[in-house]
Amino acid sequence: MEKNEYLDLYQEMVIIRRVEERSAELYQQGKIGGFLHLYIGQEAVCAGIASVRTPEDRIITAYRDHGWAISSGIDPKIVMAELLGKVDGCSKGKGGSMHMADTEKNFWGGHAIVGAHIPIAAGLALGDVYQGYEDAITICMFGDGATNIGFFHEGLNLSKVWNLPVLWVCENNQYGMGTSVERASAVSEIRQKAEGYGMRNERIDGMDIMQVREDVSRVMETMRKEGGPYLLEIMTYRYRGHSMGDPERYREKEEVKKWQDEDPIGIFRKYLLKEEIATEAELDNQDDEAEKIVEEAVAFAEASPDPEDEALFEHIYTEPRPIEYRGYELAHESEGE
Amino acid sequence: MTEITMVEAIRQAMDEELARDDRVFIIGEDVGVRGGVFRATQGLFEKYGEERVMDSPLAELTIVGVGVGAALYGKRPICEIQFADFIYPAFNQIVSEASKMYYRSNGQWTVPMVIRAPYGGGIGGGLYHSQSVEAFFTHVPGLKVVIPSNPYDAKGLLKSAVRDPNPVMFFEPKKGYRLIKGEVPEDQEYTVPIGPAKVTREGQDLTVFAYGMMHHYALQAAEKAAEEGIDVEVVDLRTLYPIDQETILKSVRKTSKALIVHEDNLTGGYGAEVAATIAEWGFKDLDAPVRRLAGPDVPAVPFSHPMQEWFMVNTEKIANAIRDLAAF
Repeated sequence: MEKNEYLDLYQEMVIIRRVEERSAELYQQGKIGGFLHLYIGQEAVCAGIASVRTPEDRIITAYRDHGWAISSGIDPKIVMAELLGKVDGCSKGKGGSMHMADTEKNFWGGHAIVGAHIPIAAGLALGDVYQGYEDAITICMFGDGATNIGFFHEGLNLSKVWNLPVLWVCENNQYGMGTSVERASAVSEIRQKAEGYGMRNERIDGMDIMQVREDVSRVMETMRKEGGPYLLEIMTYRYRGHSMGDPERYREKEEVKKWQDEDPIGIFRKYLLKEEIATEAELDNQDDEAEKIVEEAVAFAEASPDPEDEALFEHIYTEPRPIEYRGYELAHESEGE
Repeated sequence: MTEITMVEAIRQAMDEELARDDRVFIIGEDVGVRGGVFRATQGLFEKYGEERVMDSPLAELTIVGVGVGAALYGKRPICEIQFADFIYPAFNQIVSEASKMYYRSNGQWTVPMVIRAPYGGGIGGGLYHSQSVEAFFTHVPGLKVVIPSNPYDAKGLLKSAVRDPNPVMFFEPKKGYRLIKGEVPEDQEYTVPIGPAKVTREGQDLTVFAYGMMHHYALQAAEKAAEEGIDVEVVDLRTLYPIDQETILKSVRKTSKALIVHEDNLTGGYGAEVAATIAEWGFKDLDAPVRRLAGPDVPAVPFSHPMQEWFMVNTEKIANAIRDLAAF
């Protein structure tokens, strides 16, 4: 990696952190409604994985998706506008916090129903196989809680039986809402669940972005060489509650503190200084830049108009249209009415 | 009698039923230590312990499936689906298992269980935390479908549901959880029977049929209409399935005009069944076409605040529909 790439990656993590902090404030001010799930503490996972994927590798995740949207390349302005339900948001305000999406960036959402996107990820990968497009990997994230739901087991099984190129990524932040892994899952190491499906698997650290990059690159290289699915359990921690309305009665303050001492941004910063890749002043400058970008995003989102009345009835049924697939235009048209 | 909120009434009903019958237990996501996301089970874990207030994995088909098994065994499970929107993974267990057990076993097996789920929009929840799902289940013989509109009914109907020997779908209007308050008797033996609808406001000019949150708004709209000289009768349907044809037809006989209101989208919604009932059996009593006011036929309640407001039926929209029908 070049120096500027390191700095960009650092800045991206800070932007994600600031977006989440500002979202929390906007939520408390009533400017963001509904439910808000913050990614704070998990930044090394999305920034690390997205930084080693190729543009052909698609990303699909659950509802804690703001960080993933930004790491996938969606402008923080657009993310913020979506959070505020404005017309400039990536789903024009129809989706909100949990349903970010941008196919141009090969980012297939934000999905609110726990585990429901897991078979969908298998289907996307099936599309690649069917198309004879063997190099792309579908990277599908889900929480530890989702691994107890039927979708997960059916999706894993099928991906193995059909040898689908899916990188299953469990972001194990150790709580499915307010219930700890031990209280909800028969095995406390989620990666063991892949064993039952004869699937390669590994548990890795998710707080150190350089480690995430190294491990995920290696795994994806293996996948491209050997084909088929792989399950990664990435150990991480969310510093905030499940959502904004979570009193966090299920965990001790000391536990949160322990994990905050291993802050992924702090770890990366220390690394960059120790390896003499960047100076304190340069990193402070990145912090300031990130701050500015997020403030601009907030201003942009607040100034963005509400959607028009007619938007309510838009996008219910589609007309026949040519299939566009990552720039490949296929010869035939979809069979529409 | 003391005045309490909907959610407190629901909590009291479960508390009293847990105390009354040790076969009763609760299973759901975060219902225990956390006390439920809407606090409907707050304090019950501490009072009855983890054997009777069970935190389940995030797995709706399992929550209901395990509930069906325990009910077959003779227990009285109360299964909480955290949001009605999350109920679809459990659809098979409800529609193909719970509802048909008694029938397929020729009366040998019963499924005395309650499935509780908060439903409805207007709280900024977006597409997957705002859905009204009742119409999927009012099509399924073997199930009972109940939607209370106020604390008195919520408590009384939930107690009846727990005591009912059949599977009961109990949908709670989440917007009304804290918004709607009302008096509830302290008598632990009071219940409200599953089945009968209720005339909640007497009137002569037309009848509004509603349930859940929309019933709350219908009463407000009726008050507005009264100021304009329109005398509206309001019927709270309360039990959607089986349908209370008698109360519906009796009211239409009296007022000769019917407006059916629900938040769920129009086509194939519960209002169609009420309208068909009136058309089939009350035709000669009608002075105007049966009208329905419902959510628009769009796939979900959008997140954006103005779009959500356009989606939602409210007091003003109901009042307008009342004026239209009265003028027919």
